[in-house]
Amino acid sequence: MHSNGYRTLLAAGMLAGAIAALPPAVTAAERTIADSGGRQVRIGDTSRLVSIGGDITEILYALGTADRIVAVDSTSQFPPAALKTKKNVGYMRALSSEGVLSIDASLIIASNRSGPPEVVKALKSTPVPYFEVGEDLDPAGIAKKVRLISRLVEREPAGEQLASRIEHEFQTLSELRSAIKKPARTLFVFNVVNGRATVGGADTSADAMLKLAGAVNAAASVTGFKPLSDEAVVELAPDFIVTMRRTAGDHDTGQLLTMRGLAATPAGAAKRVISMDGLYLLGFGPRTPSAALDLMRALYPDLPSKRVELGR
Amino acid sequence: MQRAAAASPHRPPIDRDILGRRVIAGGALALAIALFLSLSIGATGITLASLPRALSAALAGSEDPVLMREQLVLLDIRLPRAILGMFVGAALGVAGTMMQGLFRNPLADPGIIGVSSGAALAAVATIALGNSLAAPLTRAFGIYALPFAAFAGGFVTTTLLVAIAGRHGQVMIGTLLLAGIAIGAIAGALTGLIAYASDDRELRDLTLWSLGSLSGASWPKVAAILPFALAIVVVLPLVIRALNGFLLGEAEAYHLGVDIERTKRLVILTTAACVGAAVAVAGVVGFVGIVVPHLVRLLAGPDHRFVLPGSALLGAALLLSADVIARMLVRPAELPLGVVMAAIGAPVFLHLVLRRGIGGVE
Repeated sequence: MHSNGYRTLLAAGMLAGAIAALPPAVTAAERTIADSGGRQVRIGDTSRLVSIGGDITEILYALGTADRIVAVDSTSQFPPAALKTKKNVGYMRALSSEGVLSIDASLIIASNRSGPPEVVKALKSTPVPYFEVGEDLDPAGIAKKVRLISRLVEREPAGEQLASRIEHEFQTLSELRSAIKKPARTLFVFNVVNGRATVGGADTSADAMLKLAGAVNAAASVTGFKPLSDEAVVELAPDFIVTMRRTAGDHDTGQLLTMRGLAATPAGAAKRVISMDGLYLLGFGPRTPSAALDLMRALYPDLPSKRVELGR
Repeated sequence: MQRAAAASPHRPPIDRDILGRRVIAGGALALAIALFLSLSIGATGITLASLPRALSAALAGSEDPVLMREQLVLLDIRLPRAILGMFVGAALGVAGTMMQGLFRNPLADPGIIGVSSGAALAAVATIALGNSLAAPLTRAFGIYALPFAAFAGGFVTTTLLVAIAGRHGQVMIGTLLLAGIAIGAIAGALTGLIAYASDDRELRDLTLWSLGSLSGASWPKVAAILPFALAIVVVLPLVIRALNGFLLGEAEAYHLGVDIERTKRLVILTTAACVGAAVAVAGVVGFVGIVVPHLVRLLAGPDHRFVLPGSALLGAALLLSADVIARMLVRPAELPLGVVMAAIGAPVFLHLVLRRGIGGVE
């Protein structure tokens, strides 16, 4: 009896060990998932991924599937390790069919903005599944994208956790926004070339970010990223200037204010220039809520600091 | 060729015909080598050795993933790409030769007749307005909206220019040149205006398009350029004698019995069609139209019997070689074709010019 039970236990242990030793590919059942374009894609093995689109790469890293990525595109700037350690298939709008095929991936996850169209069409006709992911700048879209990708790579628990954290953070942001009494008139300066400032107008990622942070876009009267004359900048009269930090150090903030137009604005006179990392600010990935919160804190230092325990 | 140049003062010069035939044979050989390389080199490492297997798998409708991959790479990616590359190179080479012959100006290129600026304007408009104003076009033509627009834009501009410069049944070459500059400026201004109104991604697309690429090659595009390739083959023999007459001057050509007006129209329309089609499938690829004809003239002399086919062969060979380099250098990504083309071609050309003297006739 006693020895019998021991033997059963031993056998069970060995069986469990044998199951654990099986390669994971065997357990990866074939599934069919609809991509953002409504195309039914048959997904099998997900151990060798090509990620085309900076947001997709960022989400795959956040889901802990970085080691499964074989190649990324050149817009995959965050985390910086992606382009350093993975193969680079080039810019997402100028892909090469044979180049992407040469990766020998088991799944290609690509932004629906990838191109050229003929190459995307060719890649969709290969035996390697090609899964298209839509691009949204709104909070619900980001969480949805995270859930979709986590389902794709079978990391649903991690994906659910990340997506609900993102939703929670956006909720916190909107509560904080409602506490703002006087919205800050803010100008997003993309860059300064030849003494002319290129600003973020309506329909830009910069505009979306300013809205999330509870600011009023001072350049909402122009559409897209547009260069403005000194005079037009003065006319916009922003209270704050937000710009993208390039390298370490604060020197470009000072450089920005050497422009007479910018210096003459209320923001310039009071030296209210906020400089943040460009990808963090405009990437529209999992880090977006915390970027919006950082910007909001910089714009409204007196805002009640309740529930600002946002995760990274 | 160096021997021939050095020997000429002492011996009677080598017969131009023999030299011309040598250049054509050399061009054909260069094209054969470039074609072989283009089909057998690629990021996947699949070589032509897999071709029989891939072909039989294609015929049998095999579902084996390895064979399907080889079939896809060899037959659906590399082969249409090589064919398009040959066409684009040949068309640009021939168009450049014909323009230089017609205008009797070594710096003339197909851009003079407005085809490039018109094609660029239409393409830029399609890229930037594809989701708004030009939406019906993109809906109707799908992924072929851009090539179609580029071709139509080039053709419309050229027709307009010929109408402006053509009075009393004559095309005035001087008027054509000046009107071409004016229309080019207008098209350039409109292109700039659209670029100014574009967002970041559209701008990036515009830049990439203006640097040229064969990466969008496909069988439907090959089918679309087929009539233009045939047009080159049909028109070439018709214009050779006339263009040789033009070498002496328009009046002299007339006295030699050349139908001046017919030649002008034939050359202009063929050039517009060829360049329009080339730009439509590959974007803007500069350099070939100017440099290849000069290269051939340096080697073979000015006789269009040799310069025209020689430019076609050498243009095709050069473009295919540049494309192989463009897709191998940074694989699995790709460099823009125009960048590789100029980076390799210009130094070679400069070297030849310095060694042989401009014009190649002395």
